[in-house]
Amino acid sequence: MGWLELICAIILVPLLGVLANWIFAHRPNLRDSLTLVVAIATFALVLTLLSQVGSATLAPMTLIEVLPSVEIAFHVEPLGMMFAVIASGLWILTHIYGVGYMRGNNEKAHARFFACFAVAISAVMALAFSANLFSLFLFYEILTVSTYPLVAHKGTKEAIRGARIYLAILMGTSIALFLTAIVWTNVLAGTVDFTPGGVLAGQVEGILVPILLALFAFGIGKAALMPFHKWLPNAMVAPTPVSALLHAVAVVKAGVFTMLKVGVYIFGIDFLAETNASEWLMWVAAYSLLAASIVAMTKDNLKARLAYSTVSQLSYITLGMALATDMGVIGGGVHIATHAVGKITLFMCAGAIYVATHKTLVSELDGLGRAMPITFTAFLIGALSIIGLPPLAGSWSKFSLMLGAAEADQLIMIGVLMLSSILNVIYLLPIVGRGFFVGEKMAYAEAPVLLWVPPAITAFLCVLVFFFAGHIQTFLMAIVGL
Amino acid sequence: MADPILSHQALTLSEQLPVLPVLIPFLAAPLIAVIGVRALAWPIAFVASLLSFAASVALMLEVRDGSELLYYLGGWEPPFGIEYRIDAANALVLVLISGISTIVLPFAYQSLRSQVSLKHHTLMYSCFLLVLVGLLGITISGDAFHIFVFLEISSLSTYVLVAMGAERDRRALTAAYDYLINGTIGATFYVIGIGFLYMTTGTLNLGDIADRIADEGANRTVQAAFAFIVVGIGLKVAIYPLHYWLPNAYTHAPTAITVFLAATATKAAVYVLIRFTYSVFVPAFEFVTHTLTFIFIPFALIAMFAASFIAIFQNNFKRMLAYSSIAQIGYMLLGIAYINASGLTGSLVHLVNHGLTKAALFMGVGLLLLHTRNSFYDQIAGFGRRMPITGAVIVVSGLSLIGVPGTVGFISKWQLVQGAFELGYWWLAALILMSSLLAIAYVWKIVETLYLDGENSARLNEPLSMVVPAVILAAACIYFGVDTTFTLGVAQTAAEVLLSGPFTLTGVE
Repeated sequence: MGWLELICAIILVPLLGVLANWIFAHRPNLRDSLTLVVAIATFALVLTLLSQVGSATLAPMTLIEVLPSVEIAFHVEPLGMMFAVIASGLWILTHIYGVGYMRGNNEKAHARFFACFAVAISAVMALAFSANLFSLFLFYEILTVSTYPLVAHKGTKEAIRGARIYLAILMGTSIALFLTAIVWTNVLAGTVDFTPGGVLAGQVEGILVPILLALFAFGIGKAALMPFHKWLPNAMVAPTPVSALLHAVAVVKAGVFTMLKVGVYIFGIDFLAETNASEWLMWVAAYSLLAASIVAMTKDNLKARLAYSTVSQLSYITLGMALATDMGVIGGGVHIATHAVGKITLFMCAGAIYVATHKTLVSELDGLGRAMPITFTAFLIGALSIIGLPPLAGSWSKFSLMLGAAEADQLIMIGVLMLSSILNVIYLLPIVGRGFFVGEKMAYAEAPVLLWVPPAITAFLCVLVFFFAGHIQTFLMAIVGL
Repeated sequence: MADPILSHQALTLSEQLPVLPVLIPFLAAPLIAVIGVRALAWPIAFVASLLSFAASVALMLEVRDGSELLYYLGGWEPPFGIEYRIDAANALVLVLISGISTIVLPFAYQSLRSQVSLKHHTLMYSCFLLVLVGLLGITISGDAFHIFVFLEISSLSTYVLVAMGAERDRRALTAAYDYLINGTIGATFYVIGIGFLYMTTGTLNLGDIADRIADEGANRTVQAAFAFIVVGIGLKVAIYPLHYWLPNAYTHAPTAITVFLAATATKAAVYVLIRFTYSVFVPAFEFVTHTLTFIFIPFALIAMFAASFIAIFQNNFKRMLAYSSIAQIGYMLLGIAYINASGLTGSLVHLVNHGLTKAALFMGVGLLLLHTRNSFYDQIAGFGRRMPITGAVIVVSGLSLIGVPGTVGFISKWQLVQGAFELGYWWLAALILMSSLLAIAYVWKIVETLYLDGENSARLNEPLSMVVPAVILAAACIYFGVDTTFTLGVAQTAAEVLLSGPFTLTGVE
């Protein structure tokens, strides 16, 4: 099987999950196991592709030409490869967790839920391998539309309102700004293909470069750069598996992934560095990452706090791109991986706590840690990884980002990153502290097994990734031509 | 170029092809009335429409390469006789109109049964075919007065069809009356404009007029003629301040009729407007350029924003779609006003794309209206869950209305934005996309109403004869959004033809 067929299979196989959920809507066990098989198959296919291609960058192959020079085309490059591995791998765990959550929490319409989930994953896979801005935009929008029913899933007033904001911001920014930027790029450069080294160098100059970058940076609403971050906290009305996989990994990472690809393959890191066009973005990202951390400190609702933490962490990646140095970009890329395993752990724990106790507020967690030790230990590991302490995954990406900042002679940014780590400590560790050390031991037990095994595994991954971060880093070197 | 076809010398059916799209329904319409048997009315109308569609497609295949077909009616040579001129631009519109008519008729069968009492059906199908004849005639003809005649044929029959909604809602009568008054004013303006042209050029053949204007240059009379024609056709197009008739007519007409009109009537008028501005008068004239830049662009923008804004605050689905149509016409107008290939391509392809999208949406309304008296939001709340196929059709075509990638709406928007950037009007590009945000608002209001509001209750019947056309159109919204070789390809050829210069009496050399 050639790599293009393999990619098509990777995109189409998750859609079998839709079929399974549709046909066997009323046979829960069969339906959910079939979806699990589909998830495993998808991951296996992605791994096959990885073993075939490795960290090579392959020339794009066109499926359909939609408009002149605008095609649905796929290619393989390290960043997309890594993103696909992460999203498909974590889908397996999230599916297992999701089955436990949806059943344990007596949510309705399981079949629709898992079907939409599968569509979203399929869109993410296609997005990861998109060879040009148009294809990417197409799947970006499919991802928005397919996750809308997931956010509105509960059908309550609050859910409808949250889903409305979700859609309005994501679709609004993408059509008003992102699309403008894409068409403009097409007019300027005559192509929207992702090309190593970028396509814009020499095609545009002066003040227009930062303006074009701004259209991209704010247009990619999924990257949740302030002030377009409000959709993310609002999306927390969705059932927790959605928050865990989509709003900590797949959707938001699709945003920052797009951001990195635009920086590396459309503008080109050298071009950004020469023109200083991204300097303002660096400051905005720095502001966004500190401000979101501060907001996170004020949130008592656990999921809202984690959501703002995500906003903050996403800005790390945007910052990495805006630094316009090799290490910055690679640090951003690695952070996609390390943050994914860390944050999904935290969300899964939050969901497990909710199913077991129906508690949503941080202030209600006193003494719960001693009742649910596995969940809280996993949470602690995830939190420490987010904070960036060795020997956990997050420490590497922060280290790379700081190197990137040093390379760019932006010493203030090193300070910003350190300050942010301190803020992370302040808003994440008290949650664990309350659980273990405050108050009496609560009379609750661990959530059902399906709800605590997945976060335990992802917590373990946080440790594992620490030891393999070097491999990820070498893997990503190719994107900046090292 | 190929030699013109003289109809009295042409011996084979394929030589007579250019007249067939119009001739077949033109003969079938009185046939239905004369036979007067209700059971036969629908089959005859459908077969006539289908044959007309087949002939249009055959014509399209002949002119797809950018050539021009001339057909002299009765063998009388222009400028004395009437001629039909077919090139990529109007072939595209012919295919759209006859195609929509063919797909609407199966839908209409059941939809009209539920909305109009049976005793009217025979004559109604006859009128339906007359509208079809009129619209095709407007599009195909190369003679200014002939266009006027067909314009009247289609308009008068349209008034009748709109008034048929009166059985459900008496307001259809005033809607039809408004339309009648507005339409007649439009036709009068048009005919005054033609009168001026005849005064100064002494001819009614479009090619001949164009030749003479090019020779003599533009005098006052020619300019006045242009103004009258633009206003006259503008009323039919429903260019923003001349749109008064549209919302009521679309809202109160029987739904199947609305589907047909929304997808075709304004489109044929837009085509005539394009033809007059590019092939009879040409943008080389300053007064044409100025009209395009200083009148079309501002009014197009007002339409895109004001009408969309009004659409957001509607509480009746059908009416909301009518206002959205006015806004969408703004996009087509904008493309005309660019005077470049991307703009014209965008305009023409949007004509087709919006036709498909709106037809699918109105069919969705038609399905909903099988089970409610009217399409107010509180009446249709939760119907997306109760009528899953209808709901899916509305969502897909709604996304196309917004212009989400992967749908036809995206293709036209891309063209228009690209054209704006090519002109250096980056602000215009921004405004086009900004106006799409308003579309998100009004489309999503419907999606929420259909899926998230209302009670859970039993599934409702969705008759196959109505669902199938609706699904086909919704699928077309996606298919032509991905594979654009046909729509965009023909539109590009058409734009080249239009920009290559005015008509000439002898056709393209």
